[in-house]
Amino acid sequence: MNRFIAIVMRDLRVSFGAGGIALPVVFFLLVATLYPFAVGPDGALLARTGGGVLWVAALLAALLPLDRLIAPDAESGVLDQYGVRGMGEEMIAFAKIVAHWLGFGPPLMLAALPAAALLRLDGSTLAAVELGLLAGTPGLAALGVMVASLTAGVRRSGALGGLLMLPLAVPLIIFGAGSIGDFGGGAVRFLAASSLFLVALAPFAAGAGIRALRE
Amino acid sequence: MTGKGQPQQGLKSGSPPNIAAAGLACLRGGRLLFKGVSFALSAGDALILTGPNGVGKSSLLRLLAGLLPAFSGKVERSGNLALADEHMALDPRLPLARALGDWAHLDGSTAQDVTAALAAFDLTHLADVPVRMLSTGQRRRATLARIHASRAPIWLLDEPGNGLDTASLALLDDAMATHRAAGGLVIVASHQPLGLANAQHLALVAAA
Repeated sequence: MNRFIAIVMRDLRVSFGAGGIALPVVFFLLVATLYPFAVGPDGALLARTGGGVLWVAALLAALLPLDRLIAPDAESGVLDQYGVRGMGEEMIAFAKIVAHWLGFGPPLMLAALPAAALLRLDGSTLAAVELGLLAGTPGLAALGVMVASLTAGVRRSGALGGLLMLPLAVPLIIFGAGSIGDFGGGAVRFLAASSLFLVALAPFAAGAGIRALRE
Repeated sequence: MTGKGQPQQGLKSGSPPNIAAAGLACLRGGRLLFKGVSFALSAGDALILTGPNGVGKSSLLRLLAGLLPAFSGKVERSGNLALADEHMALDPRLPLARALGDWAHLDGSTAQDVTAALAAFDLTHLADVPVRMLSTGQRRRATLARIHASRAPIWLLDEPGNGLDTASLALLDDAMATHRAAGGLVIVASHQPLGLANAQHLALVAAA
């Protein structure tokens, strides 16, 4: 357990130092700022479509840190050193998912507050978006670590990672955007279920990816 | 400045460490690198791996470290491992002492172990320097300090002398001798002669 926490703390510190936490948040806010410029200052239209835009922005923001989740640790030998110490790859992957979510989910939920103001979302829509992000971002984080570990050995893994990750994130965006219309309804439960499924599956896929990197 | 004056911290493993390989073979990329590699080492022993480039010295070390699966044969050991290969595995942004401290924390070692490791490789004056500023030889010594601080009884060293000057090579010899005197084990792949007394030799040959 101590080792698990040590990996989480280290990953958080590294991503914080490399600007990995600020980057997705700034990107997310930038999309929320640009969207009204693109569709015009029609408050009703913004309020109706803004929730969905926030979900698309969150999904795209999740792609930004992909190439620094696994590849740097593989290249610098850190993953080997974990292996020499007998730490299971699944445990490493799960710790990385937790660290990635901590540096990604809560900051995005905070950034959703000003973003909602920019898009003129009302209180109940904002509440639905926040609840949806709380349920959905763990799944996005799990997907991110999974895809990052499967593409870490590949050149230009960033672009490939995006191509792999976006289709897999379709359930999250369908249920996430769907949950905005019916607050507390079935969609947010499906969202939480998809997210949970990804969090349960990803450590095994990512662990296999980390093992394959050693070959 | 050498590690000799420092009291050697006790090694972590309770029982005496040992490592034995029986009939190891290694298959990489569809090619059999070596086969039939056997040896047995117990506390205080050292093994020097030699052989031409590409024969699989690094692969054998990774296999012993559990990072690669053996194609056949098996490895039995008791005692923790520390691996020093070409990768430093230290956070480039952190000051050297803190970067080493991260691994020491993971290994259950103390701040004194890090201080002793820095002193053993003449890195004390660089403790506050960010890892990315270190020179090639200093990086190599930092890698060796990482395994020194781990207090693991079994050291796996892959070309530890690369990039080291004469004075640093003497530090390495001292560190290995002190480690063995304290009941540790050293397995080293090296193409340059190192000052290892009473070491076993294993010349790897390519599998036909």
